[in-house]
Amino acid sequence: MNDNTKQFKLPKIVETPSRFRNTIGKYTIKRNSSCIACGKCVELCPNNVHIKPANYSRILRPVEHRCIGFKCKENDYYCIDNCPQNALSLRKNSILETLGDYRWTDEMLLGHFEMAETGNLPVVDLEYSLGNSGGGFDKMRFIKFDSDKYLDIDDDEVDTSISLNKTGDKRPKKDISIPCYGGGMSYGSTALSVMVGRARAAKQLNTLTCTGEGGYPPDLLPYKKHVITQVATGLFGVREETIKQCPIMEFKYAQGAKPGLGGHLLGEKVTKAVAAMRETVVGSSLFSPFPFHSVYSVEDHKKHVDWMKEINNKVLCSIKVSTPTDVDMVAIGAYYAGAHIIHIDGSYGGTGAAPDIAKKNIAMPIEYAIPKVHKFLKNEGVRDKITLIASGGIRNAMDVAKAIALGADGVVIGTAELVALECVRCTNCESGRGCARGIASTDPELGNMITEEYAEQRIVNMYLAWRKQWCDILRGLGMKSIKELVGRSDLLVHLDYLDEDERAQYKPAPQKTIIL
Amino acid sequence: MPKKYHIETTPTPPRFHPIGKYTTIEFREDCAGSCKNCVKKKCVYGIFKDNYLHTSSMKEPEYLYTCMSCFRCVQECTKGIFSRVINPEYRSLGNEYWIPDIIRSTWYQAHTGNIPVSGAGYPGPFVGKGFDSMWTDMSEIVRPTRDGIHGREYINTCIELSRRPARLSFNTDMTLAVDVPPILEIPLPILFQTPKFGVLSRNVLISMVKAAEKLGTMMYVDPEEITDDLMPYIKSLIPCLTKDNYMKYDNLVSSCNMVEIAYESGICDEISKLRKINDDIFISVGVDLKADAASIACELAAADIDTIHYYADDNGRELDAAKPRFLKEMIREIHQALVDMSIRQKVNLIFTGGIAMAEHVNKAIICGADGIAVNNSLLIAMECRLCKKRCNNGLSCPVKLEDIDHEYGCNRIVNLMGAWRNQILEMLGAMGLREVRRLRGEVGRSMWFEDLEKESFSPIFGERKVSIDF
Repeated sequence: MNDNTKQFKLPKIVETPSRFRNTIGKYTIKRNSSCIACGKCVELCPNNVHIKPANYSRILRPVEHRCIGFKCKENDYYCIDNCPQNALSLRKNSILETLGDYRWTDEMLLGHFEMAETGNLPVVDLEYSLGNSGGGFDKMRFIKFDSDKYLDIDDDEVDTSISLNKTGDKRPKKDISIPCYGGGMSYGSTALSVMVGRARAAKQLNTLTCTGEGGYPPDLLPYKKHVITQVATGLFGVREETIKQCPIMEFKYAQGAKPGLGGHLLGEKVTKAVAAMRETVVGSSLFSPFPFHSVYSVEDHKKHVDWMKEINNKVLCSIKVSTPTDVDMVAIGAYYAGAHIIHIDGSYGGTGAAPDIAKKNIAMPIEYAIPKVHKFLKNEGVRDKITLIASGGIRNAMDVAKAIALGADGVVIGTAELVALECVRCTNCESGRGCARGIASTDPELGNMITEEYAEQRIVNMYLAWRKQWCDILRGLGMKSIKELVGRSDLLVHLDYLDEDERAQYKPAPQKTIIL
Repeated sequence: MPKKYHIETTPTPPRFHPIGKYTTIEFREDCAGSCKNCVKKKCVYGIFKDNYLHTSSMKEPEYLYTCMSCFRCVQECTKGIFSRVINPEYRSLGNEYWIPDIIRSTWYQAHTGNIPVSGAGYPGPFVGKGFDSMWTDMSEIVRPTRDGIHGREYINTCIELSRRPARLSFNTDMTLAVDVPPILEIPLPILFQTPKFGVLSRNVLISMVKAAEKLGTMMYVDPEEITDDLMPYIKSLIPCLTKDNYMKYDNLVSSCNMVEIAYESGICDEISKLRKINDDIFISVGVDLKADAASIACELAAADIDTIHYYADDNGRELDAAKPRFLKEMIREIHQALVDMSIRQKVNLIFTGGIAMAEHVNKAIICGADGIAVNNSLLIAMECRLCKKRCNNGLSCPVKLEDIDHEYGCNRIVNLMGAWRNQILEMLGAMGLREVRRLRGEVGRSMWFEDLEKESFSPIFGERKVSIDF
């Protein structure tokens, strides 16, 4: 542990409610006209579903997302039974059918909204750790904890930091306090306030965020110790000074959602400010080519890394690649070229715009790639010398822990941070003016729907909630540090590899038909 | 240098409102009536632009199927009167194989000619049946460089439908000692097949045939359909004949480029007779995709034919089997049988049935096909809703396919094929390939669910207890 983690104190939770007037809950509570505003429900509900502000004669519409639903029936404060007028009715919210998909289910989205609001694990009965995809992480479970091994320690005593420089070279040691850092989302693909909010959150959490391929907005400079500069194939916005000021630079060879294809930023999203940052023409679509047109071999690649290291003698190098069959060979190539971090991005990863055919079909899911690369690096005897970072379809705290147990040192998170900002995964990030919810848009109106403070705190809250989950797992496994979990795939089971009676002991995989 | 093949697309909006996924519902009784902040006026996508006045005019609101799913009206209405449901009509669209998403995406491609692009990661299941249990490979570093569909390097999608001699031999004066049969090449690995259902009016057929001609590909048709109005396109048509009727259609055999003759035992004896009618003719043999498909392939490859055309059912399954296998297993078996006999190069393999998306074309080729033929997608491109019950029972078509204008229908199909070809290019580009023919049988450029599970998960989790039933 180096100095910056020792001194590091977890940031505070600040409750940060939804930006929207009406929240989406798992349940709906309707109050009919026979309500006499007696205020009994307000008095009873410990979750503040019912609110009657001072000087109001009537009770506000119920804050539905806080309602814990039918399980409340056992409580003596169950508002439905206690209402003297029988004015309240409770139902499961039918809108959930139109929210979420196989990977990010309705409940996983709502669970993350709640974590981002409260900084705690949800009190509503939501399945926020398992998706409905029927494979990979959704079929893996940690083994039943052995009660003898349980470590009775506080969250503060659990170490969730990871090291990003394991090479032992003369460059700085770089530890981050949570096993995650933010993925590259460029200026142009997300709103400036989202970028800055993410950087501020990274600072609070002592971790990092990444510029993506769209230049380095000056607004990020106050947080520059926590901002990775991405150098991608289009080299948009990459300048000498942006490499000089970053602690880590990331070469993006490919992106999991569109492996082997370049980046797209559709013309409508190339506003004046975006064009200025990227030194391009307003309204004209921007395509990052594939691949790096100056890299045809590992030797060329090493030349790139050396060039960066020469410009900034303190910078650490991360190599981001996607997951082809020979991802293990690519990883070892990255190591010998002098990388500190090999970052593998699986095929189900997020994107601001990618052809559907690529998102679904090209390259392998990250669940297969992590053990493959981990094992290969180990057999080559270099696993201890390089940090293996995984991303692409890692949605929640349990996915992070599973990825680490499979062999990663840490992970990169993109989508989940946006979900914390109330992304509903409507998949229209790329269309027209961009995101209607103001997250992935630089439109003069839509791009200003979010404040930096809101973005910062919601992301901080989410990670603080995640950290609680990691601490629970580590304590249960008798570990003090998340570093002990790396590569401990013996602590995982996969439901399809268990006999029926063994399988029955674990939570079944959610199975719901979703209309795509 | 020959001209690079490119498919010109023209945006061709639908004639009928496509079936959308979501329906916005309003609980009107709670509406404040004259709210100045009405969210309907603020919709980013403007979907309510013709609808928000309904409250004052007391008209029945229409269902709004153009909702883009941003949830803002639901979350911002001051009275919270909005909710959403999945459009029941969308829910019942298609079937378990031709899922609503495929149909919706086909409509979009036929309308715009563009590749479907969206944000956020893949929303579907981890793995699925059929083609969904394989992934294609990519290369981190490729040479020469190419930028996919925007690229400078031309990626060739031509395939041949003509036979080849197993080897060349030369006379002492270095002239060829073997007869080299003529070459028939089409610029993309996709042929058309007349669908087995649907409103197949003249207009619909002519639209398809015109599109085939425009694209430079060919279409398998029933000879009875080839009347005078199709004769201008005869070179793009492949009449599907049988042993019993080909003599009757000798005029077709002598005027078209390629014919198909249905497989039956002893069919090989007929080939020379067919060639007597037209000795330049290319011959395809139509075979039902059944358990004996591979042995038939070996038998036919030895005969003097050009292409074997297999028919699977609409969902890409083997015919007449208690537990039908899927196209990808069948293609691999047939391809491998021919490779084992060292006669794969002699013939070309085309498969019909179950090809519903661009990715299926590439995946079928990886399994060992030379090309595929599309059927239902041609109808869907022209707005068909796959509600087979109606046309099959003689009821009217909800999108009035019978009245479709040829030019319009042709444009929609060309758009779809343009979008498909671009997607084929994207996948080839990612793999670093410059020829679709190089992809044939290249299972090494793909990753299969069962192999990945074995390689990555078996060392960790041991033996798999749930069988893989894909």
